[in-house]
Amino acid sequence: MTRATFSIWRGDRGGGRFEDYQTDVSAGMVVLDAVHQVQAESAGDMAVRWNCKSGKCGSCSAEVNGMPKLMCMTRIDDLDLSQPVKIEPIKAFPLLKDLVTDVSWNYAVKKRIKKFKPRTPDASDGTWRISQQDVDRVQEFRKCIECFLCQDVCHVLREHNKHDEFIGPRFFVYTAALDMHPLDVEDRLEDLKKTDGIGYCNITKCCTVVCPENITITDNAIIPLKERVVDRFYDPLRLLWRKMMGK
Amino acid sequence: MVDCQTHEHDVLVVGAGGAGLRAAIEAAASGVSVGLVCKSLLGKAHTVMAEGGVAASLANVDDRDDWKTHFADTMRGGQYGNNWRMAELHAREAPERVRELEAWGALFDRTKDGRILQRNFGGHRYPRLAHVGDRTGLEMIRTLQDHGIHQGMEVFMEFTIVRLLKSGDRVIGLFGYDRERGRFRVFKAKSVVLATGGIGRAFKITSNSWEYTGDGHALAYEAGADLIDMEYVQFHPTGMVWPLSVRGILVTEGVRGEGGVLRNSEGKRFMFDDIPDLYKNQTADNEEEGWRYTQGDKGARRPPELLTRDHVARCILREVSEGRGSPHGGVFLDIAWIGERLANGAEHIRRKLPSMYHQFKELAGIDITAVPMEVGPTTHYAMGGIRVDADTQMSTVSGLFAAGECAAGLHGANRLGGNSLSDLLVFGKRAGEHAALFAKEHSAAPIDGAEIDAAAAEALAPLERGAGADAESPYLIQQELQESMQDKVGIVRRESDLLAAIETVAALRERAQRVGVAGNREYNPGWHTALDLKSLLVVSEAVARGAAQRKESRGAQFRDDYPEKSEELGKITHAVRKGGDGRMQVEAEPVRELPPEIRAIIVENQE
Repeated sequence: MTRATFSIWRGDRGGGRFEDYQTDVSAGMVVLDAVHQVQAESAGDMAVRWNCKSGKCGSCSAEVNGMPKLMCMTRIDDLDLSQPVKIEPIKAFPLLKDLVTDVSWNYAVKKRIKKFKPRTPDASDGTWRISQQDVDRVQEFRKCIECFLCQDVCHVLREHNKHDEFIGPRFFVYTAALDMHPLDVEDRLEDLKKTDGIGYCNITKCCTVVCPENITITDNAIIPLKERVVDRFYDPLRLLWRKMMGK
Repeated sequence: MVDCQTHEHDVLVVGAGGAGLRAAIEAAASGVSVGLVCKSLLGKAHTVMAEGGVAASLANVDDRDDWKTHFADTMRGGQYGNNWRMAELHAREAPERVRELEAWGALFDRTKDGRILQRNFGGHRYPRLAHVGDRTGLEMIRTLQDHGIHQGMEVFMEFTIVRLLKSGDRVIGLFGYDRERGRFRVFKAKSVVLATGGIGRAFKITSNSWEYTGDGHALAYEAGADLIDMEYVQFHPTGMVWPLSVRGILVTEGVRGEGGVLRNSEGKRFMFDDIPDLYKNQTADNEEEGWRYTQGDKGARRPPELLTRDHVARCILREVSEGRGSPHGGVFLDIAWIGERLANGAEHIRRKLPSMYHQFKELAGIDITAVPMEVGPTTHYAMGGIRVDADTQMSTVSGLFAAGECAAGLHGANRLGGNSLSDLLVFGKRAGEHAALFAKEHSAAPIDGAEIDAAAAEALAPLERGAGADAESPYLIQQELQESMQDKVGIVRRESDLLAAIETVAALRERAQRVGVAGNREYNPGWHTALDLKSLLVVSEAVARGAAQRKESRGAQFRDDYPEKSEELGKITHAVRKGGDGRMQVEAEPVRELPPEIRAIIVENQE
């Protein structure tokens, strides 16, 4: 048992400050355990969002010592306890209270993306035949737990506040999952270019670094989508063709 | 009446896990207006944690499978305490519900010929669980969520419902608050579907998230509905035991389905020592045969590690209590050993059990492809819940429907793995369909302002008391309740413990009257915990009372003082309801008789 100090952001829309709390930590504890302990011992009204506590629901996103993390998967043994552990809310969304932010924008964005549209069933009983290889290809994107840490760290949202013009890494992954779904026949390329703002991404790969599910967001989702957009809209031969056809 | 916003819908669904989402989708499809209220953000509900798969007799892997076998397996697993009609509907309709998910975008693992792959699981005779690695629940909830948001339902995220509103005998709405700002809301509805999940937070060691406080059970109980089978709480045999802070987190049964074995500290596969008569014919009696079964040999019988969860949990407990446990009070679950049999063992484990690999690596610093895991029982699932009509899912209160874990009947005394994901699809759909029908046949009724005022005053009391010196802490009461339930109403039960637990619940209820919290109404977890206590106390009392009345051991209920099954009590269901004096009553009622044609299916599948 060691005594450790946690410097936790307390505040709401009106402002706030870091407050230090001391609590005992033991082997194997994660940051969320410490936050709960502080809550039960000395800060009963401290707001924190969490659910499964095993890295599967993506609720407890926060910044721990400046790094976007799931608090339930961040072990205290991995942190330097000689100084206070700094815990603060994610930054790309409006603060509600303490460690909780208003992430509702993400839900509104998702609703805008064209939904899954399957091809006609392969068999007369209305089912499809899909190879395991095709399932495996999109599996990576479907692992996403919607913790929004990638959104938090993306400078287009975090620093430039382009929430109206840019859907963020999470929803490029979502679009990639739909686009590369073996049954999907919908066309989302025009939306990617016009309303989703894929051009804003300048592949700094910060999103990939913070993803707790280790999804290779930039290389496997965003870049292939960018390539498709470029092929469709910026290919010189196609441009010429479109001009000639008056489209 | 207190100042609060009112929303109006035809059908109001409470809970946005698999059952709630499926109900909302179905109701919306029939053209009524639908509201969906959930305690968390959308897509974070407990369904996300389901790992192993969804049970449906698609017969893609073994063509001997059909709904009748699934039905018979479910009844046997439930020790025939199941509502047979629910078990029948469930087995018949599960395949269609799974195929429908695929049409909405779910991607399951495939067979060689491109159909949905199915895996072995405890108590299922044939490979029956459609799955995606070990994250089937995430795939399902995300599919339902992403499909659902385009069906025209209105979603209210991070809301808690504290009271059902009635007019005469009928439910006409709900009263609750948004967790974000603490503002009260009234939801008027012509019918209500409860899909609030389970009660795991009543126990100390649980695989369940904070949301599982039995809200739906308690709301229904307070509104006069019957609860049944509350004594049957499933303890999943394999939860993590170390580090302490992750104790209880689920380790999927899929580990055993893929060939994982249980060993004690002497290295012995102790499950071979105790195979119940009911399963003798279907269980391998040597390691070789068990291994062949997990690798798809249709002639082999299943290894004893895949016996029903109640039995495996008790065997683990026996090993630990007799001194043959692992260093941290569990036993060893070894999947790494399959490397001796498969050329690419480690790679195979990472592909079939990716989130288990990840979970142990990150939380325990253990590589499961190289060393065994330490596991022990964890509170997992409530078989008991709101009594519903099998076909319509309506409770004993008019206009109030229930589906998923908070409803009861399908699983009897013990649930088979994989049957909860199919449960929530089959009965979520039925609940949504019938709630919509009910809404079309009934009109909205006016809300009684005085009742709203009373509910608001009750909800605000802990804040008004404040966290003064004489106020009780909600966290402390919750903790004491969890400890009492864990110690006295756990896997092994006895009369004296159960009676003591009932007294503890009464004492804690008394103290809960004086609970006080600091801060204001904005996102205040202390206040939320204080309000959740009411539900936790109701379900805890119901579990303890049901368990005390059932003087036998059956399925999930094991009584140290009555270790045998009683034929007479096998024909009894315990119904829990609120008496006229406000006290909880438990009544013994006869189980519905099986009609001859249904009995015949069970007999056919006996061997």
